[in-house]
Amino acid sequence: MTDNAYQDDRGNKDRSITKPGGGTAQPVAKGGKSTAVTGSAFLVGQGMTGGYGKGPDILHDCTIAVDPGEIAVIVGPNGAGKSTAMKAMFGMLDVRQGSVVLDGEDITRLSPQDRVVKGMGFVPQTQNIFTSMTVEENLEMGAFIRRDDLRDTMAQIYDLFPILKDKRNQAAGELSGGQRQQVAVGRALMTKPKVLMLDEPTAGVSPIVMDELFDRIIEVARTGIPILMVEQNARQALEIADKAYVLVQGRNAHTGTGKELLADDDVRRSFLGG
Amino acid sequence: MEFLNGLVFLTNFVIIPATAYGAQLALGALGITLVYAILRFSNFAHGDTMAFGTAVAIKITAGLVALGVTLGPLPTALLALPIAIIVTGLLLLGTDWLIYKFYREQKAKPVILVIVSLGVMFVMNGLTRVFIGVRDIQFTDGARFVITVRQFRDATGLDEGLAIRTTQAITLVTAVIVMAALFWFLNRTRTGKSMRAFSDNEDLALLSGIDPDRVVRVTWLIVAALATTAGVLYGLDKSFKAFTYFQLLLPMFAAAIVGGIGNPVGAIVGGFLIAFAEVTITYPLKKVLTYWLPESMAPEGLVQLMSGDYKFAVSFMILIIVLLFRPTGLFKGQSI
Repeated sequence: MTDNAYQDDRGNKDRSITKPGGGTAQPVAKGGKSTAVTGSAFLVGQGMTGGYGKGPDILHDCTIAVDPGEIAVIVGPNGAGKSTAMKAMFGMLDVRQGSVVLDGEDITRLSPQDRVVKGMGFVPQTQNIFTSMTVEENLEMGAFIRRDDLRDTMAQIYDLFPILKDKRNQAAGELSGGQRQQVAVGRALMTKPKVLMLDEPTAGVSPIVMDELFDRIIEVARTGIPILMVEQNARQALEIADKAYVLVQGRNAHTGTGKELLADDDVRRSFLGG
Repeated sequence: MEFLNGLVFLTNFVIIPATAYGAQLALGALGITLVYAILRFSNFAHGDTMAFGTAVAIKITAGLVALGVTLGPLPTALLALPIAIIVTGLLLLGTDWLIYKFYREQKAKPVILVIVSLGVMFVMNGLTRVFIGVRDIQFTDGARFVITVRQFRDATGLDEGLAIRTTQAITLVTAVIVMAALFWFLNRTRTGKSMRAFSDNEDLALLSGIDPDRVVRVTWLIVAALATTAGVLYGLDKSFKAFTYFQLLLPMFAAAIVGGIGNPVGAIVGGFLIAFAEVTITYPLKKVLTYWLPESMAPEGLVQLMSGDYKFAVSFMILIIVLLFRPTGLFKGQSI
């Protein structure tokens, strides 16, 4: 698994002396600088190559871009590096080659916290809410970097997800799967991000809830925020996508609009099931 | 009358001392539980952190008394407490910078940090002894009693007396203030909430823009405040001896685990539970029972279930029973 002896606990599971669930992210170190660049999409990961920690490369010269008003989706078979590509753009792992550019600034060397400040919002696939805290506290923590008045933003999020307003004082861990995803998206929107990244927002929810979530995501996109999304449900995702990337083994396999890829025989055969 | 006398006797020798001891254990257990919840390991150096903080407070108290500064009826150590907290806080931050930080950056598994804290414990242990020595030190000054046995007897006309020592009253008042402040901090302030968020989900806290280094620093400072306060209160109430503080580690861990480690409410309840169990089981209850039971049933022996020397066995037994039958403690499923 890993060469680091400090990460070997020899199977110790004694919860009376250690608390499980520590962080697993290997983020870009703090203190990096961003530099101005010109002439590219709003958010673009250009030729990214990298992997977790000291492990092997998972991404190979992978390029992903999104512009305002667009929904871009990343699809592909299991283990294609879809989530890894998104995490790389958010600084959750070291990009060894290539760059990440946001709004004319090269942010490749910035830590995830600094990228939040620059205007990126990220919703991880799992463990994307603070289960022991109330819905309202979750939203407050989402806006941790903001020092101004949060009430307007919170009201907007309660408008977008009315169910959260009813459950605002309930622990987020007590909510249903679909409601949890709404909390997760709401938390990321609290910073008023310039771009929103969603890692499989519909994983593990029922088809009805999935359709509802897609509707909400389209609503968010209509407000002008570019959305970058990794999706397992490739067909539905391609239907709403303005731009789509098919990754295979960490490489760009196909790129185009959602409609183009849906019509592409090669894409259909390989993982849309004919 | 018989019943009241028994009750007064019990209050004087069991309830009041156990309450004070329980408050001290609860403060100690709170520090352990905070480190567990936020830094994710059991900090074996906690007892010696308490000892170091108290030793600093004793030195400062001695300095203040030499300068002629006292708090009148209150112990001068209370004046020294804030400075001792700052010094202990610096020690903990230094320890973190020198030792724990390395392991955090390596993403070391928590069990490795437990062993690291064991090493820190030995070093702090030695540091405290070099600094203040191994003797038993009394550093209480000011008025000894809030209510004396004679005052109580005169006021109530009962045969049995009841005394409340100043240190016991101070322990309770301070503990209540500290606990209220801690809960307010964790549930109402931005920094407190960010600590709870970090405890709940480290990765998500990171990508919400919460600075993990700051959370860790604030945690150590709060732990320093809790440990030093607990240590000074214990030392005022009884006496200071480096070894005794090391031994307190067991009842404090028992308290934290009985309540549900990682849960501050659990730490407080656990602290009082352990204290009451220890004091009740090791105190000869003959006189109480003589008052309360009919004469024919009056006990012949001391009704001391265990000798005082075995008081740590009580916490150990409770610890084992809880780990066997309810490993998550009384307040499971919720951490800070």
